[in-house]
Amino acid sequence: MTETTSDPTTHGVLRGGSVGTPVPHESAHLHVSGEARYTDDIPEPVGTLHAAIGMSERAHARIKSIDLGPVWNTPGVVDVMTVDDLPGANDIGGPVGDDPIFADGLVQYVGQSIFAVAATSVELARRAARKAVIEYEELEPILDIDTALEKKSFVIPTEKMSRGDAPKAIDAAAHRLQGRFRFGGQDQFYLEGHIAFALPKEDGDMLVYSSSQHPGEVQFVVAHALGKTAKDVVVECRRMGGGFGGKETQPALFASIAALLASRTGRAVKIRPDRDTDMVMTGKRHGYRVDYDVGFDEQGQINGVEFEFASNCGMSADLSGPVNDRTMFHADNAYYLDNVSIISHRCKTHTVSNTAFRGFGGPQGMMAIEWVMDEIARYLKVDPLDVRTTNFYGIGERDVTPYHMKVEDNVLMDIVPELEKTSRYRKRRREIAGYNESSEWLKRGIALTPVKFGISFTATHYNQAGALLHIYSDGTLQLNHGGTEMGQGLFTKVAQVVAEELQIDISRIRCTPSDTARVPNASATAASSGSDLNGMAAQAAARTIKGRLTEFAAQHYEVPADEVVFANDAVRAGDQQVPFAELTHLAYMARVSLSSTGFYKTPKIHYDRATFSGRPFYYFAYGAAVSEVEIDVLTGEYRVLRVDILHDVGKSLNPAIDLGQIEGGFIQGMGWLTTEELWWNAKGELQTHAPSTYKIPVVSDMPEVFNVNLLRSGRNNEPTIHRSKAVGEPPLMLAISVLHALKDAVAGIGGHQLSPHLGAPATPEAVLMAIGDLNQRLESEKEPAGVA
Amino acid sequence: MPATKQSGSETRSDAIRFVLDGEVQTLRGVDPNTTVLNYLRETLRRTGTKEGCAEGDCGACTVVLGELDGDRVRFRAINSCIQFVPTLDGKELYTVESLRAPDGALHPVQRAMVECHGSQCGFCTPGFVMSLFALYKSEPVPTRSRINDVLAGNLCRCTGYRPIIDAAEKMYHSDSESEGGWTHRPYEASSEASSGESESVERLRGIQRHGTLAITGPDLQGGQRVYYAPKSLSDLAELVNQHPEARILAGGTDIGLWVTKHHMDLDAIIYLGDVEELQVLEANETHIEVGAAVTVTAAHHLIAEYYPDMGEMYRRFASPPIRNAATIGGNVANGSPIGDSMPGLIALGSSLILRKGADTRELPLDEFYLAYQQTALEPGEFVERVRIPVEPTDRIFKMYKISKRFDQDISAVCGAFGFRLNDGKMKDVRICYGGMAAIPKRAAECEKTLEDSSWSEVTVARGMEALDRDYEPIDDMRASAGYRSLVTRNLLRKLFLETSGRAGRTRVLRQDPETG
Repeated sequence: MTETTSDPTTHGVLRGGSVGTPVPHESAHLHVSGEARYTDDIPEPVGTLHAAIGMSERAHARIKSIDLGPVWNTPGVVDVMTVDDLPGANDIGGPVGDDPIFADGLVQYVGQSIFAVAATSVELARRAARKAVIEYEELEPILDIDTALEKKSFVIPTEKMSRGDAPKAIDAAAHRLQGRFRFGGQDQFYLEGHIAFALPKEDGDMLVYSSSQHPGEVQFVVAHALGKTAKDVVVECRRMGGGFGGKETQPALFASIAALLASRTGRAVKIRPDRDTDMVMTGKRHGYRVDYDVGFDEQGQINGVEFEFASNCGMSADLSGPVNDRTMFHADNAYYLDNVSIISHRCKTHTVSNTAFRGFGGPQGMMAIEWVMDEIARYLKVDPLDVRTTNFYGIGERDVTPYHMKVEDNVLMDIVPELEKTSRYRKRRREIAGYNESSEWLKRGIALTPVKFGISFTATHYNQAGALLHIYSDGTLQLNHGGTEMGQGLFTKVAQVVAEELQIDISRIRCTPSDTARVPNASATAASSGSDLNGMAAQAAARTIKGRLTEFAAQHYEVPADEVVFANDAVRAGDQQVPFAELTHLAYMARVSLSSTGFYKTPKIHYDRATFSGRPFYYFAYGAAVSEVEIDVLTGEYRVLRVDILHDVGKSLNPAIDLGQIEGGFIQGMGWLTTEELWWNAKGELQTHAPSTYKIPVVSDMPEVFNVNLLRSGRNNEPTIHRSKAVGEPPLMLAISVLHALKDAVAGIGGHQLSPHLGAPATPEAVLMAIGDLNQRLESEKEPAGVA
Repeated sequence: MPATKQSGSETRSDAIRFVLDGEVQTLRGVDPNTTVLNYLRETLRRTGTKEGCAEGDCGACTVVLGELDGDRVRFRAINSCIQFVPTLDGKELYTVESLRAPDGALHPVQRAMVECHGSQCGFCTPGFVMSLFALYKSEPVPTRSRINDVLAGNLCRCTGYRPIIDAAEKMYHSDSESEGGWTHRPYEASSEASSGESESVERLRGIQRHGTLAITGPDLQGGQRVYYAPKSLSDLAELVNQHPEARILAGGTDIGLWVTKHHMDLDAIIYLGDVEELQVLEANETHIEVGAAVTVTAAHHLIAEYYPDMGEMYRRFASPPIRNAATIGGNVANGSPIGDSMPGLIALGSSLILRKGADTRELPLDEFYLAYQQTALEPGEFVERVRIPVEPTDRIFKMYKISKRFDQDISAVCGAFGFRLNDGKMKDVRICYGGMAAIPKRAAECEKTLEDSSWSEVTVARGMEALDRDYEPIDDMRASAGYRSLVTRNLLRKLFLETSGRAGRTRVLRQDPETG
């Protein structure tokens, strides 16, 4: 009996790797050496063509004529195609069928795809794509939410959710506030832009490498565009250079075009829009207008509240239905709303169709209720934290959401008091008040906001996953599942789950690319569900094989099955111990199957969309953050000075990865609410379409003091994978504390009494304008005590 | 290098030579508009270096250049996406693939990034690694604020940056078993080069040239393009005269975008980065002289010694990889109304030395800009030097850069103010704002209002009104006209607060002497 001759631990980085340990990302050693292959790094076959898309220059117009002559005449051009050349469906897969691959006579946003060109180089293709002469008959564009509402322009019908009698409760309340505020969208700004690479195979089959969170959907869209079926198309994705929701539905357009051109030319075709094209052509987070009407008592407890949301969905439905639904599901955030009415308008405008982005409508819903909490507090002249705490969901009472789901796992009572204490919130608030009294030109503000985020796809059928696990006779494994790796560490976590199950070193496991040929019908890697779903599916696969190995070992070593124990990269059978690799070899020789699929579907969830009631979420993820900022009263410039976060990830599968998700999500959320401004001109042309004009946080924007902790007592009430909790999206919403800290700082001008009108993004400009507005209101109120 | 007086045309070199992984590369027949990034990815198939934006704003494409500096090699990170291949001539190029030790071990920078969980999606990671590598090779253990500055040009959308900052600190404390190979040696303050570095120095010496680099390469339509890189001022002047149609290239941080973003053809390029006389950087009793080939990085510290606010502006100007390539001369000659050099230089009363052939003239910078992207340069004329006055100690100079994001952002408004107080009266007032007009424009009305006035709240109020007459700003993606006007006025108030000894703290950014 000898140890296996091939040493699987060749990475030199991954050791051990059981659940709960901070294993580095499975690709970390490849990331840092430039050896991690992204789609654009895959070696190209000889004769590979490069594609580019001819885009609409109008926001809303009929196409009168297209002259493609100059495109064809560009050196290097091999093929050009329009809607007239489509062999199959002109549809990139949205639920309403309103998202064409190529515009068919009508363009509805600047940047919409009209034709595609394939040429011998990237540069020649891009040059050619700019050369078409297109005549338009201009139509009136709708470019903002207000106009869309006025013209009743919607991508899908308005929805309403309600409980109790909000109008009556508001009327009867001691105090009432009404108002309107707005916040903008956000570009995902994944560092790797969209890309697809299509290779024609025999008999019309197509292999597509796609930077996609949902290869399964790309497979179907490509198949339908080609006039074929799912069996004819394979889609693969080893990794994405970031996704953030931006690669959930959006990759289908690029993958379809690459596959169509590959099919027509018989050559490999790659399409990689440059950053500007990517930002102009693809969907973003929805911007919103929110109207509210709230009635509350002396303590700030809400008696009744009405919300009217209106989001900018852009020119098509895409995922706007579920995104806006999730806004409605999160308009309560952490608060019990007895009498509540939530209306949600899904506005159609002639701008790019908005789509998924980390949080998926949830952040927008939370923004609304957090705004209301702040308004109530300023009105009552009490600490906003007290109003928030007063309204928190109870435990065993006041615990039913507006959609009639009972909150059974509320840990905010563990999180918020602890964070309040460790961040010294109360003391700092007093210090800030003192600082602001003496500092005329710089003001500080602080805010604590909570997060309660529902975990599960609201489309119940999405809550399923498959895995495929192979164990080779040398004791090494290939692990595959329907999830995709976009940097969130999913592959690492799932590998840890399998390593834990078989008690083997994680270096035995090779994570293989997401591939529609290995796991069929996989859901999008989205809704923070990646490790919940795929971890369970992979665990199931591992358990199946473990069962077979156990049975085999029991037989082979003539011990009862319960005396077969997997531990320390080996297997003990009674008093004998064999290395894992030896057992797998023996099992192979004895003709034991060492491959298995695994499957999982989330239990308990059900939901009736017609009545907006049920249990759409398996559980909730919680967290809270305290942010402190300082603003410059003369310029509106500001710094985030300190942030303290306490977040619940259940029992962490990998604390290093979870910490990375919390910190990264927070900073991304902070970008949304501060410097990331999408700006369209009067013609509907996006002017912020590259990092030179669209400003995501840089390293110096990270708070000087950034204390991030996982809730130590965290444990999922539900039997999720090792009692962990989803972590992808929830932390983004912790950044709402930054906006409220900025509001608090602006309020500092008037002794923290009046509520500033500061929406998002709170750019320095927005802050300065809010200061100006507040100063005017202070003057008109003539309250000398409040003037600094 | 000793200056030689050989004529550029007699000793012309027709091949680009640079060092990659210790080997001299000799290139002929390369399209001079090819970016280093595309050359790496498409020709060499070294795909570790990534394209994130093709405009030098995300840092995914960061590579490091090694250049001869006496007996040492000087390392600087640059954005390969907007750097043309011929500008590599005479230099060493390091990419993320260059870093592993001969035995395959990860470099301490790379290992620190792994151990600190500094990568998530990994796409920005090679760029971060290279920025950190340049830091590791150039400076001792940095402070947090220095790390912030060094990494200001690298965007990460996943991590929130904390683990990358940790890695920047940890990389100096590597406890590696495998320290073999020269690449592992961190910066050493000693004047002596290590043996590995000495080898680099020898290789670099071997590829230095004395004459003009003159290359031709194919364009995209079957024609030819030319590229010249003269070594001497006289050769440069002659070439510019001979090729008035040629585009003069310095750092290329704007011109690179004409190719990557606007798909323009630059059929004739004259690169002035190798001209020795244009590397002059010196201060005397009356002036700071900055040659047209001096990078922002190189000029930053000298200017900051005299004008701390100008130094603070340059600390925030673009990003380190851009500042390592970009020149102050190029910023000035380019004449963008939002270029951050000009307001300060104009408020300081700077001038330009312009050259045409053997003739030079000095022109005040505020007379250089005629209209939107139109300058007083005559055909065949180019900027040779920027001349910044060294002002008497009683003169006050302040400037403010206002942008959405502090680091690596183009200003919405950039205001600069110079004046003297004589018995409480303002004298020699010079005020210039960027971002407020089609050119960097002095606030003539405001200057007139302030001149000879006592420096008081009343004067501030009158000055603010005058500023409304000076400028009619526009709305764009960076700011609304209303905000620009308001901030323009408020900066005058801020100036007053900071120069009248009244206010306490007036800036949210800490004034950090170390980086200022």
